[in-house]
Amino acid sequence: MIAFLLHRLCQGVLVLLAIALIAFALFNYVGDPVSGIAGQDAGLADRARLRQELGLDDGVAIRFGRFVAGLARGDFGVSYQEARPVGQIIREKLPATLELSAVAALIAAAAGVPLGIYTALHRRGRLARALLALSLMGVSLPTFLIGILLILVFSVWLRWLPSFGRGGVVAIGWWTTGLLTVAGWRAILLPALTLALFQTALIMRLVRAEMIEVLRADFIRFGRARGLTARALNFGHALKNILVPVITIGGLQLGSTIAFAIITETVFQWPGMGLMFIQAVTFADIPIMAAYLVLVGLFFVTINLTTDLLYLAIDPRLRVERARIGFG
Amino acid sequence: MTKKTTPGHRWQAVLLAIFIGLLCRTAAAATFRWANDGDPNSMDPYARQETFLLSFDMNMYEPLVRRDDKLALEPGLATGWKAIDPTTWRFTLRQGVRFHDGTPFTSDDVVFSWGRAVGPGSNIGGALSTVKEVRKIDDYTVDFITNGPNPILPDYLTTLAMMSKTWCTQHNATHAADLTKEEENYAARNENGTGPFILRRREPDVETVLAKNPDWWDAGEHPVGIDEAVFTRIQNAVTRVSALLSSELDMIYTVPPQDIERIAATPGMKIWRTAELRTLFLGMDQERPELLESNIKGKNPFKDRRVRQAVYQAIDEEAIAKKVMRGYAHPTGLLIGPKVNGYDPALDTRYPYDPAAARNLLAEAGYPEGFELGMDCPNNRYVNDEAICEAVVAMLARVGIKVDLRAQTRAKFFAKINGPRYETSFYLLGWTPATYDGLDVLDALAATRRAGSRDGFYNFGSYSNPQVDKLIRDIQGESDAGKRRELIGDALRLVRDDVAYIPLHQQVVVWASRDAVDLAQGGDNYFQLRYVRLK
Repeated sequence: MIAFLLHRLCQGVLVLLAIALIAFALFNYVGDPVSGIAGQDAGLADRARLRQELGLDDGVAIRFGRFVAGLARGDFGVSYQEARPVGQIIREKLPATLELSAVAALIAAAAGVPLGIYTALHRRGRLARALLALSLMGVSLPTFLIGILLILVFSVWLRWLPSFGRGGVVAIGWWTTGLLTVAGWRAILLPALTLALFQTALIMRLVRAEMIEVLRADFIRFGRARGLTARALNFGHALKNILVPVITIGGLQLGSTIAFAIITETVFQWPGMGLMFIQAVTFADIPIMAAYLVLVGLFFVTINLTTDLLYLAIDPRLRVERARIGFG
Repeated sequence: MTKKTTPGHRWQAVLLAIFIGLLCRTAAAATFRWANDGDPNSMDPYARQETFLLSFDMNMYEPLVRRDDKLALEPGLATGWKAIDPTTWRFTLRQGVRFHDGTPFTSDDVVFSWGRAVGPGSNIGGALSTVKEVRKIDDYTVDFITNGPNPILPDYLTTLAMMSKTWCTQHNATHAADLTKEEENYAARNENGTGPFILRRREPDVETVLAKNPDWWDAGEHPVGIDEAVFTRIQNAVTRVSALLSSELDMIYTVPPQDIERIAATPGMKIWRTAELRTLFLGMDQERPELLESNIKGKNPFKDRRVRQAVYQAIDEEAIAKKVMRGYAHPTGLLIGPKVNGYDPALDTRYPYDPAAARNLLAEAGYPEGFELGMDCPNNRYVNDEAICEAVVAMLARVGIKVDLRAQTRAKFFAKINGPRYETSFYLLGWTPATYDGLDVLDALAATRRAGSRDGFYNFGSYSNPQVDKLIRDIQGESDAGKRRELIGDALRLVRDDVAYIPLHQQVVVWASRDAVDLAQGGDNYFQLRYVRLK
């Protein structure tokens, strides 16, 4: 078990380094932050001095080395745009993104699983078919369009919910939460729905497919032959069996929810990390972009690792399998 | 037995909660909410020379000389100024002014502010490069000594915010933010100005709240109309417009051209428009022996005035203003607009749009079949910048000039076309004279480029005319306002006759607000909160 963990941790670090390196190679093409910092009246000499101070003239290898050395000390550098430590900026933005993703994931799970079961049990039903068609839309409509539609209906026409921002936030240490105020909940509803729509559709379709598969299995038929109630069969036996794949996919999707949040955050001016990243790109704010990419990489690595461990814990068959092949 | 809550009761409670929530939002009086696509990024007025940052911070800080709602100069923290000899300007300071922390404003603060503005970390020093020294005469008199005569020094000082020496020293902020240091500068998150507004709360990139300064020195003559101003950054244009239409905000800028009509047609909403100081133009490389990415080898077509004029006459600016800019642009034949000192309507005529004449000129110059070249264009700098370039490319194709357009982000664009590389043959650029004066434009765009000086430092195409250079020197030394304007006109005429640039248009600044808002809109895109009134 320990060997397995260590092995995966080493892999994770390598993945993160690779992400950082690719990011740094790409930063040569995002443009020159100096024109944004210095303004139109700065002379050539001023620009050259600034560029040198920021180390922008050094090669990719040197800058990458500096970045990794900084990371090892827990230092992400200083944002060009805001002239303050990137670590501090990320600490301000992280809670917004994590709360949004968590609420979206909860909505997706709370809506997706029951809907999936319903559509699996009533395959021929009219409502089930309508839900399936809707879910197809949820999968295929682009996020920004859904967001803009929701704003148009609920903010501009009905004026029920705010179209931007986090509403009221309460600070708990360095963490800020919008989940303790009415204004905060009103604000999170539209962006969380936007973000959750795709995931809901995905989970619903997954649960439906798995459910239909399991309901055909022998043990369900025998159960039915023994006279178990439909309720006991569907929820007691079938549902338990489909949870493993649903948890795996759901967990992995949490990573992409955090990454997908970029678009949702831009549409709703949600002050999270995705919005921070987009704003950094327009300014060529390299320290912020680098930190964001590495951080998102870190989320994915952590989530993958956790899912693997969960899998191991949930499914006894896998433990035996892994032991035999030596954690390949 | 306890009383059971029925579902109906619960719904009523929820509705009540929502209703109270809505009430709370409208209860606060004289609060003004507005949004922009950018964030001021820093409360330090020396952090960056950028219109939005400066205009925001100048609600809290004040210069010696300020601009009124018509962009005219008026006394700020200085009550009077005069040139006592060709290189010395004497400023008399206003007495009894206090910074927000209560310390009095004196000449020591002026000397300190200048030193901080040209010192390390500051990015606004460029505009002050003509000042050699600032000397304290007594507590309320200072002299600005310039390198040569500078008749418009007061114009330069409108963007120099006065900071407190004591406060900056106390908080270790005697230098503006240093990007190489791993800590936040105190002045970036806090302020201590003398102005009409005080910073109450700031969450960078999210929300900044300003409150009226009850002790402002000018409150008697210019009372401030709002108690509180809440600024939110909303980057996405659709969201920004939606937030205005849903009345969550009182005012927004910038407004995307495609939404102007929609906002204007909405009851209760109002559009504000005025011509901007910035002029958009096309520049051409007139130095390299051969253009980049061109099929003409061994010579540079743009060195020939006829080719430059042909390009000029092939472009239908009226169509660009009407179609691409949807009418929100003023076609121009000059590099400066009507609100800039030195503007002469008689000079503001364009070479007529005439593709046939353009083809003839090309044939005369030896390019009857046209030629190929590359063009650089930003895609997030000016209103519809990329669309303007696309229109230009299509129009030039009709006279046989095949342009390979490279539209890129501003960060990439400026890195490429700016010095020392000047890697462009043909480009779109906009220029706002920071001093609202024609000399600034001539200096930056028309003077012969000289390494290590500010002469021609935005003259990316390396245009050079000794007569223009001489006129620029004359303007710099001329202190008579009327004669100076004439000289600026002369220089601009030469630049126009040489077809050094192809001026396109001045953008129209468009803001949108609720009907209940009254404000002042200068063409410089400065939004001064002290002029805001709520009906």
